[in-house]
Amino acid sequence: MPARLVELLQHLVNGLSVGTIYALIALGYTMVYGVLKLINFAHGDVYMVGAFSGYYLAGRLVPERAAGAPPPGLAGATLQAALVTLGAMAVCALLGLAIERFAYRPLRGRARLTSLITAIGVSLLLEYGFQLQPIRGLPVAFPPGPTPRFFPELLPRADWSLGGVSLSNYDVIGLAVAVALMIGLQLVVYRTRFGTAMRAVSFDPKVAALMGIPVDRIIAGTFALGSALAAAAAILNAVPRPQIHPLFGLLPGLKAFVAAVLGGIGSVPGAMVGGLALGLAEELVAGYTASSFKDAIAFTVLILVLLFRPDGLFGRARVEKV
Amino acid sequence: MRRLRSLALAVLPLAVALPLLLGLRAVAGPYLTIVLLDVGVNVILAVSLQVVNGFTGQFSLGHAGFMSVGAYTAAKVTLGLADVQLAFLPTAASDAVVFAGALAAGMAAAALAGLLVGLPSLRLRGDYLAIVTLGFGEIIRSVIENSPWLGGALGLTSLPLETGVVGVGLAVVATVVMAWRLLRSTQGRALLAIREDEVAAEAMGVDTTGYKVRAFVISAAFAGLAGGLVAHLIGSISPGNFGFVRSMEIVVMVVLGGLGSISGAVVAAAGLTVALELLREFQAYRMVAYALLLIVVMLARPQGLLGTRELWEPWRRRRTGGAA
Repeated sequence: MPARLVELLQHLVNGLSVGTIYALIALGYTMVYGVLKLINFAHGDVYMVGAFSGYYLAGRLVPERAAGAPPPGLAGATLQAALVTLGAMAVCALLGLAIERFAYRPLRGRARLTSLITAIGVSLLLEYGFQLQPIRGLPVAFPPGPTPRFFPELLPRADWSLGGVSLSNYDVIGLAVAVALMIGLQLVVYRTRFGTAMRAVSFDPKVAALMGIPVDRIIAGTFALGSALAAAAAILNAVPRPQIHPLFGLLPGLKAFVAAVLGGIGSVPGAMVGGLALGLAEELVAGYTASSFKDAIAFTVLILVLLFRPDGLFGRARVEKV
Repeated sequence: MRRLRSLALAVLPLAVALPLLLGLRAVAGPYLTIVLLDVGVNVILAVSLQVVNGFTGQFSLGHAGFMSVGAYTAAKVTLGLADVQLAFLPTAASDAVVFAGALAAGMAAAALAGLLVGLPSLRLRGDYLAIVTLGFGEIIRSVIENSPWLGGALGLTSLPLETGVVGVGLAVVATVVMAWRLLRSTQGRALLAIREDEVAAEAMGVDTTGYKVRAFVISAAFAGLAGGLVAHLIGSISPGNFGFVRSMEIVVMVVLGGLGSISGAVVAAAGLTVALELLREFQAYRMVAYALLLIVVMLARPQGLLGTRELWEPWRRRRTGGAA
């Protein structure tokens, strides 16, 4: 294959791998925005907590292997990886429920600014709470403190080269898991009673309540679902890029928000497409021009979207009425 | 006559403050001076943020970004003109004039940055603004860190130490007078109308986007002023001084004091600054404390310490309802 094509394909592979992460986080933003019309500022930090809960769970489940000991069988490793991922998703779902219950629900019906400020408070609390020194007497070193930790290798890494394009099993697994989760989410949203109720609440919470839909419970469920997806994204991201620290959710969170806006905030397919598009755009621009401005790309995209198509690719223009 | 009156109202406070500040400078010891300067800068930041977050009801999280624009511009000006001596003035006066010019340049640059950020994002709903300004702060920081001309991550050093009690005091008075006069003007009424109900304001013929952008530009300019003062207070600046944490500090002051209250912002800024000064050993818990403070204030007293009232009008329930 010509070198330029190989380079392009390599960028596409990398862009897709990052884009699926953005897409999974963006889904949480967009679903919560759909039902509450609130940008859950703390979502990026839920993602961070997901990575750390995976880290602690793996520390318990995958004991340190002595040098020279045989590697665990593939089946065993897969089971462990799945358990860690599901465990982290469960932890984050609970965290999402707690945040909703204690920080957002008491403020429902008050000024929008109030919830926004609380959301920022929750975000700061998670970011800086995790940076405190570990509490003595706990079985694990929690909070982790400000120094970066290294996420354990859940599965043995295998690298392949397809005609010059390097690809690892992590990329393939990541993509497969992300696609499976998105299909699952699509089924939940469009084929279950919960999903129908969620769409009804998103359409009009007051009418939904009149129709007998338990709005509070649906909102709580939406938080749990979005947070679990963020945790899955965190594990998928932390396995190939293992450095994790308490502030590392900030930037992916912001970028995923941009992805959600790009796709049209409130739209589930929009978040997926927006995430993939943003990941690809970032990788391509960084790959062909200067990589030091990689982080600025997302914000350029955001400003362009806000200027030219503020409702995003999949959003419908809605006029605010009194 | 009207014009004369408004000019007098703008200049008079400065004229009254000047002798008081000169007296304060003579009396205050070195430690008290440092605390006072800190308090002054934070008051400028909090009151200027109040214009956007309190009066207009928008939510900016990038105040430190505008501060850094002002700081770097002012620093570049004073460094560039370090050897310039205005022929008709003694050295000290010449330096003060250069410093004032540098501060003005910093304000102008910050105002321009405010215009650039505000124009696209203020056309939309408030939550977008929060994220865009947050992102803007991060972009500014990464741009500065990647530009050798601005000293990169190490920053600029050996700036002349021009900032003193009198300069900061005058800037504080100017900021408060600006906020006060703004609030009582047609422009201020429009901002309050936008805060109370944007749709209704628009229906009454208020150019909501235009007024929001103007508020944003004014607020950014005064953040730039604070930045210029800080730069020449410590003598060195680096991108780390103007991170997200700094922006959040200012937001906490405004929220705690009450969104919409000038005196609330002043009291909260001064109180928090002094409290931090006294609690230096507990630095590690500072951000956690801010976070809890934000959440608890929102849950228990969302209007903040003073709400939209001022310190001297405790009896009035809502200023916006009055016919003043």
